Amino acid sequence: MSSSTPTFLIEDLHVSVEDKEILRGVNLAVQQGEIHALMGPNGSGKSTLANALMGHPKYKVTSGRVLFQGEDVLALTPDERARKGLFLAFQYPVAIPGVSLGNFLRAATRAVHGPGMTTGAFRRELVEKMKLLKMDPAFAARYVNDGLSGGEKKRAEVLQMAMLQPKIAVMDETDSGLDIDALRIVAESVNAIHTAEMGVLVITHYQRLLNYIKPEFVHVLVAGQIVKSGGPELIEHLEAEGYDPIIRETEQKLAVGAGREA
Amino acid sequence: MAVKPQDLMVPGATDYQYGFHDVEDYKFKSGKGLTREMVIQISEMKNEPLWMREFRLKAYEIFMRKPMPNWGADLSGIDFDNIHYYVKPSEKTENNWDEVPAYIKDTFDKLGIPEAERKFLAGVSAQYESEVVYHNIREDLEKQGVLFLDMDSGLREHEDIVKQYFATVIPAADNKFSALNSAVWSGGSFIYVPKGVNVEIPLQAYFRINTENMGQFERTLIIADEGSSVHYIEGCTAPVYSSDSLHSAVVELIAMKDAHIRYTTIQNWSNNVYNLVTKRALAYDHAVVEWVDGNLGSKVTMKYPGIYLVGEGAKGEVISVAFASEGQHQDAGAKIVHAAPNTTSTITSKSISKGGGRTSYRGLLKVHKGAENVKSFVRCDALMLDEISRSDTYPSIEIDEDQVSIEHEASVSKISDEQMFYLMSRGIGETDAKTMIVNGFFEAFTKELPMEYAVELNRLLQLQMEGAIG
Repeated sequence: MSSSTPTFLIEDLHVSVEDKEILRGVNLAVQQGEIHALMGPNGSGKSTLANALMGHPKYKVTSGRVLFQGEDVLALTPDERARKGLFLAFQYPVAIPGVSLGNFLRAATRAVHGPGMTTGAFRRELVEKMKLLKMDPAFAARYVNDGLSGGEKKRAEVLQMAMLQPKIAVMDETDSGLDIDALRIVAESVNAIHTAEMGVLVITHYQRLLNYIKPEFVHVLVAGQIVKSGGPELIEHLEAEGYDPIIRETEQKLAVGAGREA
Repeated sequence: MAVKPQDLMVPGATDYQYGFHDVEDYKFKSGKGLTREMVIQISEMKNEPLWMREFRLKAYEIFMRKPMPNWGADLSGIDFDNIHYYVKPSEKTENNWDEVPAYIKDTFDKLGIPEAERKFLAGVSAQYESEVVYHNIREDLEKQGVLFLDMDSGLREHEDIVKQYFATVIPAADNKFSALNSAVWSGGSFIYVPKGVNVEIPLQAYFRINTENMGQFERTLIIADEGSSVHYIEGCTAPVYSSDSLHSAVVELIAMKDAHIRYTTIQNWSNNVYNLVTKRALAYDHAVVEWVDGNLGSKVTMKYPGIYLVGEGAKGEVISVAFASEGQHQDAGAKIVHAAPNTTSTITSKSISKGGGRTSYRGLLKVHKGAENVKSFVRCDALMLDEISRSDTYPSIEIDEDQVSIEHEASVSKISDEQMFYLMSRGIGETDAKTMIVNGFFEAFTKELPMEYAVELNRLLQLQMEGAIG
């Protein structure tokens, strides 16, 4: 694939939740190896984008395309998307009581990478990745997200990302609910597993996560549209000014647009 | 895995793998219906001591007198006049599979029993219709004085022990079906573990019904003497017929001081079997009794394994799972009676219903006056896989003592969209994701099973879930 064709291309994506339009034409391109940050105020549609990209049935795509290596994945089920190499690190990972993280990861890696890997090889890789993420191997016996602390859940998400080695990973507010130490550990874990084959879209409200995970590209989502894109300097700018100027600007544009239609 | 402790799963007649039946070549098959004369005939054929015949006849009177239970599952489909109460398939119990009639051996081969025996069991009892056709125990256990016999042989060879304990835990008059069993019982297991002997690997009994409209009434008595331990596993299957059979067992456990009995059941009857079983244990000082009870098959099951904690510091645990598909009602639970101080108990009940199946948890927890410092924890969780299935809980708690700690938790849940999305976002397909959640739900039970059984249980659950989604 030529470098000019992005691995992951979101084109004019419109998404509704319970008949309410949340995303109103999102355009974004992520290349393998790149790190993008998507920032935005509460309610701008960040999590809607994350869930829609992975195919959550509650999020209805009303128009637009999502091309993954040139193929529109919107008709695919979440598991089919995952098997193509798409990954979502959840903001609120749900508990699966009675299913150990180890068994779950065994099933997931088989599903994504095929049955070729022996149980022994799987175990070795799991232990290695847990070491890399400074996790106790005993953690693999814990039930998936059941009774885990916020930090543990987020680290388990990154462990899954490390094991599945997606081509494109969307990280939905991975920093939410973490204290500064947990945040640093999680962020360093992401850096440790990030490779030239992995494109990452980091979704966050705050800049603090981006002190550790350094994006090359930054986008600002307001009211369901990306209203600004730029380099890391955009983060500083948002940090200094807050979202208010951009929100006002967007509201003015919308008001003008609405006036024209009327 | 070639080993098939296939007593395991699972409901849904279409997926039921054990529904085949053999052509009958029996030594004796009673006519249908139950009479006093037939009770006498069974006793005579077994050449029993007089006290047992009298016990049977008394029980017969109780059975005839007692009304059907007016609670629990719907039993109106049982026709007591349309049941064969005693069927004798072979002349005697063998301890060599080659001596067992070939067609019966073939059936147990299909069920994987001889293979399981070679691989991971210390002793096996195989009951076909009314009689145990095969029975064997490892020599080293026999040398340590462990008795593991079919109940009829137990009565013949160890009448003193049987007479001392038989029906002391569950009297004939306990309920209508214990009375019926007491009148016509045949087969089952008799186990005595001497003081201080630990039976490290499980003993297994396997119950197979073959004929149509059969009544199977095995009777099991397990006595673990002071400081001893034993793990007993039972499994059961039957052919699929359009008319119903009845399985009504009585199981009595006695755990003496410091003894430990674990009794594991994996009930996988076909969907035309009424499974109405009375199981109860006595636990003396510091004894531990555990019922690990899986109810997966049958048309109707009513079963509430009981533990009477009669000695100080005794401990009881019931872990049960139930799976009800279309046309099935699993009315299961537990009964724990704290009759001594410092006794503890745990009840964990997990049930799954799908396709219009119904599960009920029915539990009794009783603490007698003077049973101080009792601790008990009851947890029942129900998972419903669709909108047309049903689940109810009927917990009953009677506490006559102030110094106790009792906790009860209950939940009813569905597989959530969020759980499905989460698992599927990791590449796991819809059916596998559902199966994974179901397996996780049963984990508290599965982890208590020997590995071979746990693996097979999960495999059969998967088959069942594939059928469920299709």
